[in-house]
Amino acid sequence: MMSALTPGFAEPVSGAQACFRLVLDAMARPGQVHALGGVAAPAPLCDAAAAVVLTLLDHETPLWLDPEAEAAKAWIAFHTGAPITVDPARSMFALALSQSVMESWHGLPPGTDEAPETSATVILQVVSLTTGTDFVLEGPGMRAPETLTVDGLPPDFAAIWRRNHAQYPRGIDLILCAGNQIAALPRSVAVRKG
Amino acid sequence: MTDRVPVETRRQRWMAILARAPAEGLMTLLNEAGGAPEYTVLRGPEGGLVMVRGRAGGGGAPFNLGEMTVTRCTVRLDSGLVGHAYVAGREPRRAELAALVDALMQDPERAETVEARVIAPLEACQAARRTERAGKAASTRVQFFAMQTMRT
Repeated sequence: MMSALTPGFAEPVSGAQACFRLVLDAMARPGQVHALGGVAAPAPLCDAAAAVVLTLLDHETPLWLDPEAEAAKAWIAFHTGAPITVDPARSMFALALSQSVMESWHGLPPGTDEAPETSATVILQVVSLTTGTDFVLEGPGMRAPETLTVDGLPPDFAAIWRRNHAQYPRGIDLILCAGNQIAALPRSVAVRKG
Repeated sequence: MTDRVPVETRRQRWMAILARAPAEGLMTLLNEAGGAPEYTVLRGPEGGLVMVRGRAGGGGAPFNLGEMTVTRCTVRLDSGLVGHAYVAGREPRRAELAALVDALMQDPERAETVEARVIAPLEACQAARRTERAGKAASTRVQFFAMQTMRT
């Protein structure tokens, strides 16, 4: 079998633990941007998206993979063992490279009122988390409104997110990745354009 | 002849032989077969547990016998060939060497030499050990003539 597979975390245990901690922090404090590393991502993924994938996915978490990320499919399957599904409704995670995932979220499950934890988490690779459009975030985890700067979200993102936030406690959680940086938008957060 | 056997079956055979081979033996034989090429470790070697299951009862329902430790490793040669190995116990070096030989066996240029110098000697050695153990066990076998007679 010929393959261009590359290794995962340089230190599998500590790498995944450190990344998990950062994802937790990012979810708990929306708007804060964290830098992570320890992994050489396969194209077309950025380092941050690859690290989050390695940390959160395993054989029990079906993944919907953006067709644009097809080149990374073998790497994800080998290192995480996650079943890659073509049916977004059955996935627990979605890895997207483009904003098109946000068009009605491709039918990803928003969970139910009885079991909101069954919703999907979207790992979205964006252009930058340091330049671009400002968004003002409010909600749990923030004393005062926080500003998150993102390049690579659709122009009507605030409206898209309002519809997602309105479903609370149901809804999609979003992890934004760019380069080696991550930020998270849990469904509990309200977003308006800055 | 070997071409008619599916590659999966042939690979299962050599992977089974490699999984039982000791690290020192593998290293020595590999050096005789041209040595190890440059490679990257993709995963491991890392230890873990696997559940050993058997069939119990007349219905053949699976039965969890217990867990055993295994070490697994995956390597990629610079040529792009990927080799995997799972070995019993906690022996990282053994798993890495077995994965390396598995990758080499997929290389058409080296497969023949590695088969002759590494796989074949190991297979012969393992077969001899199996025969010896079977012989020792057979010599302690007790024949219950009385019971056999009663049954007929």
